[in-house]
Amino acid sequence: MKNSPLLDSLKAAGGRILSGGPVYLSGAILFALLFIAGSVTGIHSVYFEGSRHAYGTSREIPLAMLIATYSFFVVASTGLCLVSSIGHIFGVRAFQPIGKRAVLLSVITILSGFLVIGLELENPFRLAIYLFASPNFSSNIWWMGTLYACEVVLLIIEFIYLMLDRHRVSAVVGFFGILFGVAAISNLGGVFATLNGREFWYGPYLPIFFIASAVMMGCAAIIFFTVIAHRIRGAALDGPVARSLAAVGKLLLLMLAVVLFFTIWRMVSLTAGGTEKLMVLDALVSGPYAFNFWVMEIGLGIVLPFLLLLGSRGTRVGVMFLAVSLMILGAFFARLQMVVAGQIVPLYWDLGVLEFSRLHVYAPTWREVMVVLAGVGFCGAAFLLGEKIFTNFDGAGAGVAVNIGKVGGGEKVFASLDETEAGAAVNGGKVDGDEP
Amino acid sequence: MTFKPFEDGKPLEVSGTISSLDRRAFLKIGLVVTGAFAGGAVVSAVSAAEKVFPRGSFPEKYPYKPHYCMVIRVDRCIGCRRCVEACVAANAVPDYGWRTLVLEREEQAAIDQRREFIPVLCNQCNNPPCVRACPVRATYKDRKNGIVMMDNRKCIGCKICVAACPYDARYYNEEKGAIDKCDFCFESRLSRGAKSTACAVHCPADVRIFGDLSDPRDRVYRLIHQLQKPVWVLKKEAGARPNVFYMKG
Repeated sequence: MKNSPLLDSLKAAGGRILSGGPVYLSGAILFALLFIAGSVTGIHSVYFEGSRHAYGTSREIPLAMLIATYSFFVVASTGLCLVSSIGHIFGVRAFQPIGKRAVLLSVITILSGFLVIGLELENPFRLAIYLFASPNFSSNIWWMGTLYACEVVLLIIEFIYLMLDRHRVSAVVGFFGILFGVAAISNLGGVFATLNGREFWYGPYLPIFFIASAVMMGCAAIIFFTVIAHRIRGAALDGPVARSLAAVGKLLLLMLAVVLFFTIWRMVSLTAGGTEKLMVLDALVSGPYAFNFWVMEIGLGIVLPFLLLLGSRGTRVGVMFLAVSLMILGAFFARLQMVVAGQIVPLYWDLGVLEFSRLHVYAPTWREVMVVLAGVGFCGAAFLLGEKIFTNFDGAGAGVAVNIGKVGGGEKVFASLDETEAGAAVNGGKVDGDEP
Repeated sequence: MTFKPFEDGKPLEVSGTISSLDRRAFLKIGLVVTGAFAGGAVVSAVSAAEKVFPRGSFPEKYPYKPHYCMVIRVDRCIGCRRCVEACVAANAVPDYGWRTLVLEREEQAAIDQRREFIPVLCNQCNNPPCVRACPVRATYKDRKNGIVMMDNRKCIGCKICVAACPYDARYYNEEKGAIDKCDFCFESRLSRGAKSTACAVHCPADVRIFGDLSDPRDRVYRLIHQLQKPVWVLKKEAGARPNVFYMKG
């Protein structure tokens, strides 16, 4: 019986994965195990133990680490989608070589976010039914969920057409992907921003901040993953990809400055916002959340990456990688701070009653950390597998006509030459996934 | 006779040629518009006013029939918490949750009485943030009586309504697999013919008065439609337009 081209491609991809080397395989297995262990922990927590026992959330702080992790991933997803669009939709050449990988990572990160939120919701299966059967058009969560569901479909279509090098179709689909993505991410901000009873969140700040934050995260994520991808492939980071990363680094510098200004003015405005906002401010700058705020969110998340990126001049890849690694870690804590800080002041604080005379506290449980690691594991494993399954990420940008080439043992897969200048026509290139 | 303050077209000009009747009319317009009745709360009960300004008619109308509400005469509360026990018994409230609480405040510097109690519960808001936030309409405002209800089978357990509620009135009930909240005992009592809530019935000090704000003969109507004693609501600034009113005496 003759094998189908798809089966051949899958076999070839499998071969590349297995021949990826011990470090690659160890990494892939580690992330896969994290994904499985975290998912099992999450399922056990919600369906057997009960989230009241398993998670650190409470009536007073119902939204916490898992919502923050979901936000972290979907903000990264929208950011990756936006950064990829600069090249392959809006035609800025410097951004074109990173486009394909960014779109795939956008799909992977959004699915990671869905995984985490799926293990946070008490009844996620009802969502699948009633999101359509009983929609509430005034709910930001409804809009966010619907827009993200549409976006993920558009991203997958965009990616398929990108890999087929049908760039015009991909660009059209991608354009709608951006529209849905930006609308979705601002709606995520709106989920918090429209809660009038929560002073720290309420107002137009968060929807706008989330968009700026998304671009920042997208830049950081694409630098982070591109550097690792080249290590996996054993390829030198130079040529158009290096120039592309330098361009992304410049945009990242700008966005870090924007987010820093957002953060500064958020904090300054809290000083004039009345007692409850002052209490949040105090908790953030000198109270129980001070370490997370000063060290993780500001220090590692914004200031140090800014200085490192400035020092790297866009050419020292190792320094850039360190900068974005710290930044991604810091951004996670920033999301956590944003979510938790909005709930620490008791709702009945102003009554001066004994029952609500202290700030609420939240500490994540190990099970919540495991669910976070499930998301990280999925993201890491999918990225590593993606690097071996798809071999033509770097180089081919908008307008490149790439033919199906022979890869590895002679099987046909989607492939193009690495580091091809955008606009070049490449035909019948013989490509090895590991040695581009 | 129905009071129709805007029917003449220019109510503010009328006050220029002032008569005692005009003055009263003008005062009443002012009270209605600024919500001075019930410390800004009566306007909050008239949600129709914010959509279509029904000239000359809205001060006498409430959007629901019956328009259930509760008046809490807060200074009468002795902190016995029989209301809480009655609520737990009537609505099978688990030990990890609550539908109503009696909060306690101490004022050491006060002369004589230093402690006061403040009962709290779902305010069955006319502009409920929880209803707005729920993605699947698992919580909704009952069109007939204005109670904020739960449709348990729809609840996805996202808990955004818990975060959205300015009154901390919601919690996730494991047994129900859904968010639980006070429904003015609709499911456990009112729908079965009872006329009042369990907490109101069991209060020995007549602190909680449950009734129909749309019925001028009802006790809650008379308690709220007066100017002698101040009436207020909690967290008015949240804009939720609550239907639980507080007063003294």
